[in-house]
Amino acid sequence: MLHDLVVLYTLFFRMGAVTFGGGYAMLPILRREIIQNHKWMSEETVMDYYALSQGLPGIIAINVSVFIGYNRRRIPGAVAAALGMVSPCIIIISIIAAFLSNFQDNPYVQNALAGISVCVAALILDAVVGMWKKGVKDAFGIVVCLVMLGLSVFTSISPILLVIACALLGIGVKSFKRGKEGKAA
Amino acid sequence: MIYLQLFWEFLKIGLFAVGGGMATLPFLQRLSESSGWFPQSLITDMVAISESTPGPIGINMATYVGYNVAGVLGGIVATMGEILPSIIIVVIVSKSLERFRGSKTVDAAFYGLRPAVTGLIAAAGISVVQVAMFHMELYQETGSFLAAVDWRKVIFFVVAFAAIKKFKLHPIVYIACAAVVGLVLGF
Repeated sequence: MLHDLVVLYTLFFRMGAVTFGGGYAMLPILRREIIQNHKWMSEETVMDYYALSQGLPGIIAINVSVFIGYNRRRIPGAVAAALGMVSPCIIIISIIAAFLSNFQDNPYVQNALAGISVCVAALILDAVVGMWKKGVKDAFGIVVCLVMLGLSVFTSISPILLVIACALLGIGVKSFKRGKEGKAA
Repeated sequence: MIYLQLFWEFLKIGLFAVGGGMATLPFLQRLSESSGWFPQSLITDMVAISESTPGPIGINMATYVGYNVAGVLGGIVATMGEILPSIIIVVIVSKSLERFRGSKTVDAAFYGLRPAVTGLIAAAGISVVQVAMFHMELYQETGSFLAAVDWRKVIFFVVAFAAIKKFKLHPIVYIACAAVVGLVLGF
């Protein structure tokens, strides 16, 4: 048990230390570690956790970490994952706040970050392609995905409302389909 | 007791800020006004530093404010306050998901949620692309879309995406290479 908690803590520590930009930037590394390397859960499960995390209060990256930690080792796992995620932040930010007063204005830091952000964009695109293959299976899925994309790019509707609406829409469409099948039979 | 106050204030932020790191900004502005712990100008610094360091932006901001108010322990306490509601809420949701596993209604909800989250993440990707490869200030100045595109970065984006597809290495490898490319080319 303790060993598993240490594995969870160090895994999320590493993710926290190399993720630039929070919840979505974490997704490519998360897929690699959780789905491919450790084979702890399916792509669909990770997508479900992201969807729920988006609709719940709190920081998305932390919510996702807690879901995965809980899935592995209940409450101790959830705490280990969340603490792993925030530990590098506490260390790095404390050092910067204490010693490096103009860290963010340093031209080398800015150049490196500019390179990283282009790369993160490419990694997110790759993750979206993977999720599209697993999560968008029919015409309903295509419409929902594109409408959500459009709404979140062009409007400022709260993501929590969008997430709740899509959950209700899924329930509605499924029960409508079931009703139709019921009549046909 | 400054630590308890910090913990309480960030607990409230963790509970009420929905939608990621930037959603905590208005709360921090209010906290600056009501508590007088830190000046508004610190918030601008904080956003710049949070975006220049790894880790979720919301957590970085909590640590930074906590540190400035009450040192290293202040940073730790503020961060713990911010994540505690997440841990409690997500554990409750996980438990109820287990209870309703296999329920037709829950399955149907995810039938709607999976394509939705794909769209939401694509939107996040687009905003990263926009920040990383377009000079919005040039676009506002010239009104020309093409003039605002940073073509070197677009080419790098295409090369990076091709490399990701072809080699399937760990994302950290690409992030490290990209930092070097940014330094060498002076992005």
